[in-house]
Amino acid sequence: MFENAPIIKSTKEFTATRNACKLCAPLGASVAFKGIRGCVPIIHGGQGCATYIRRYLISHFKEPVDIASSNFTEEATVFGGGANCHTAIKNVIGQYKPEVVALTTTCLSETIGDDVKMYIHEFERDNQSIKDLPRFVTASTPSYQGSHMDGFHEAVASATKTFAKGGEKGTHINIFPGFVSTEDLRQLKYLLSDFGIDYVMVPDYSETLDNPIWNTYKRIPEGGTPVAKIETCGTAAASIEFGTILNFGALSGRVKNNKLSATGAHYLENEFGVKNYRMPLPIGVKNTDRFIKALEEITGKELPIRYQGERGRLIDSYADGHKYIFGKKAVVYGEEDFVIAMTTFLDEIGVEVILAATGGESGRLEEQIRENCPERGEQILAKNMFDYEKIREWSIDNKPDLLVGNSKAYYIARELDIPIVRCGFPIHDRIGGQRIKHLGYSGTQDLFDQVVNAMIQYKQDHSAVGYKYM
Amino acid sequence: MDAFINDRQNQILTKGTDDAAIACGKASVAGSVSQRACVFCGSRVVLYPIADALHLIHGPVGCAAYTWDIRGSLSSGPQIHRLSFTTDLKEKEVVFGGEERLYKALISLIETYKPKGAFVYATCIVGVIGDDVEAVCKRVTRETGIDVIAVMSEGFNGTKKDGYKIACGALSKLIGTDTTFKAPEYSLNILGDFNLAGELWMLAEYYKKMGVNLVAAMTGDGRIDDLRKAHTAQLNVVQCSGSMIGLAKEMKEKYGIPFMKVSYFGIEDMSDALYEVAKFFKSDEMMEKARTLVKEELSELLPALAQYRQKLEGKKAAIYVGGAFKAISLVKALRLIGMKTVVVGSQTGNVDDYNLLKEMCDDGTIIVDDSNPNELSEFVKQTGADLFIGGVKERPIAYKLGLGFCDHNHERKEALAGYEGMLNFAKEVHASVCSPVWQFMK
Ligand code: SF4
Ligand code: SF4
Repeated sequence: MFENAPIIKSTKEFTATRNACKLCAPLGASVAFKGIRGCVPIIHGGQGCATYIRRYLISHFKEPVDIASSNFTEEATVFGGGANCHTAIKNVIGQYKPEVVALTTTCLSETIGDDVKMYIHEFERDNQSIKDLPRFVTASTPSYQGSHMDGFHEAVASATKTFAKGGEKGTHINIFPGFVSTEDLRQLKYLLSDFGIDYVMVPDYSETLDNPIWNTYKRIPEGGTPVAKIETCGTAAASIEFGTILNFGALSGRVKNNKLSATGAHYLENEFGVKNYRMPLPIGVKNTDRFIKALEEITGKELPIRYQGERGRLIDSYADGHKYIFGKKAVVYGEEDFVIAMTTFLDEIGVEVILAATGGESGRLEEQIRENCPERGEQILAKNMFDYEKIREWSIDNKPDLLVGNSKAYYIARELDIPIVRCGFPIHDRIGGQRIKHLGYSGTQDLFDQVVNAMIQYKQDHSAVGYKYM
Repeated sequence: MDAFINDRQNQILTKGTDDAAIACGKASVAGSVSQRACVFCGSRVVLYPIADALHLIHGPVGCAAYTWDIRGSLSSGPQIHRLSFTTDLKEKEVVFGGEERLYKALISLIETYKPKGAFVYATCIVGVIGDDVEAVCKRVTRETGIDVIAVMSEGFNGTKKDGYKIACGALSKLIGTDTTFKAPEYSLNILGDFNLAGELWMLAEYYKKMGVNLVAAMTGDGRIDDLRKAHTAQLNVVQCSGSMIGLAKEMKEKYGIPFMKVSYFGIEDMSDALYEVAKFFKSDEMMEKARTLVKEELSELLPALAQYRQKLEGKKAAIYVGGAFKAISLVKALRLIGMKTVVVGSQTGNVDDYNLLKEMCDDGTIIVDDSNPNELSEFVKQTGADLFIGGVKERPIAYKLGLGFCDHNHERKEALAGYEGMLNFAKEVHASVCSPVWQFMK
């Protein structure tokens, strides 16, 4: 009864974006700011932006996500959003008693030229009487200059620049995990604790966006990295930063021009000489080894025995499962650093990634894929600025066996009758999206099992016999 | 209530304690985590179900990305509405204008998807950069021969309600453009049903059984060509007064079509919606058919409901939905399954709605306009509610606090209208309120 969208040759060019494979910058910034303890983000712009972003995040995290809006009216649009900004801050302080207020701009407030830094300055000047004034941090996040990932990294960089201080070198490390799942953050924390490493993780929304059940409603959920800890970032022994694209995709313009250094870790390296280990997300054996090696190098300690076991079992399972996936054709999509790491992983287990696609605009996806996928990186079609309809049309022409990425391409998998391994962000059609593990040996183990089982199940479901053994 | 925003005091009242009328229709206070969206959102929800139209969102990527396929509005044929098209403006257009990009986008999309019409939504940024969206739409209409309608829904330009109005304005541009069609006797338009989970089909079936013809559905399972004929119907039945009443009024003025307000939630309101139509057409035969239909439906429904009522008797519910009209029906529907409403609120209710709610509810019931998570959670705690009825944004609040939840907004996938819907509603409420999982959260 339902008609599918028309089938269009994947070579046709559209000016419009059709089912965007990216989101807007304040979403990413809000997630990052949620990872600071006691922080309430305010989106400085129209009410819709905040409400839509909240709804989108809530559908993934299945958590209350309080993000305030400065509720632009026509008046604010004409005369500037200063008054709205001040009222918003005041009301947020009154209601939430936050430790930190984070202001993130929108297309609208940026275009009319609002200067939120100045508004904050005015607010602090005029409200000395409010005791326990929160700390403030801002992110410049008009969406026409980049995607949600640019917003995320912009917020991380801004928090680092705002709070980090210099001083005598310590032994702790900074970890910049990027936009990963709350379970990934928890796993990283366990690993670092087991390693016996003192760390500062920016951001850490492992609890704020994935809280246990509450007895009473908490205006601000528990968890997050305290500002006092972020202050120590400048004296860390080293930083580890996941992702190689990060926010280098942000297009030209005011944001870029203002940027002295792009990411938090980059800033710390330039400003305080904190050595930065930049690497792809630790998905797959090779990527995880690289991360572990960095940890060992920085700390002089050895990988705890438990994780050596995880690594061993992972490789053992590679042997058990390799045949079912060898040569299978996969399409990987989503945000750029995720796509790169995931493609590297699939490459190392013998899956043929035929298309690696993203809505991101760095223009560097292809180069990074070539660099990280020694098996068949040359043959992978890597596409920046793709949208889901382009992925769909390309897939209809090229017949992949499997889709790997967030839940938004489910409709494509359904139309093609192929499996989809859900991972990344967002997962809107299942529970537990926030608990999907991607990172480290154990995250890779979960993904590997899922990929192999997806192929086995596909064969089983489509077989006339229905074998009970593999 | 000290930690609530002070400016909001007069948007909250407790029946039996506060006598003043509730203040509503205000813009949200800056800094609140309002559950409301923007003008664009209002327009988008109303027009979205028109399935053979192209919906192009002119603006940066977010406004479109967040509204991709989010409603459960079904179509019996074309599915163009489920695609999210945006001009995805970049800095270049923000500086130099986006008209050219809009024009090119429209031409290539229309060429490929061959829609019957197109809606171009202007978002905040477009209002600021000053694109002449109307002019581009006119030009494309001229060149392609299909109606391309500008929906000037810049988010900052009012509230979601204003968005409804703008959407109705877009619809009224199409209504009356088919000058050859003659509607059969006994025909009506359904306004304000969006065919969530196939609800419109159910309603159309009821009316059909009574011998009533549907000319145009606005906008559930909507079609451009049906809209063009809508002026030929003899009656408009309007649900969800918030979004479509303006259009009904306009059609009365312009085409002399009377309208009646109805609700399809709950047995009483659903049955009234059928009887009133029969009364309007002054047909005894039709009334007889309506009675038979209701009797048949009820003879199945009531026994089926009894078992749920038994389990739910005395439980308390909090309601927070988009339109107050829906809230009113919900209060009644809850009563039918033995439940009491202790909190009721909406994003867009007007004074009349709130007065009616005040009349209907028991003393102690909290009535609220344009609420936020802080308030809502406080209210459910104060009143000891067992169930929350709301939209996706309220769901995690309910669950976090250990109470049941029923999704009653535009994203739901369960039909809740009509008799079948009433049973679904009871089932869903029961499944949530009576689940054993809450034992771990008290
Ligand atoms: S793209 Fe810009 S205007 Fe649209 S929702 Fe995102 S921030 Fe708001
Ligand atoms: S930019 Fe404006 S139109 Fe778009 S979501 Fe935000 S408030 Fe609404």
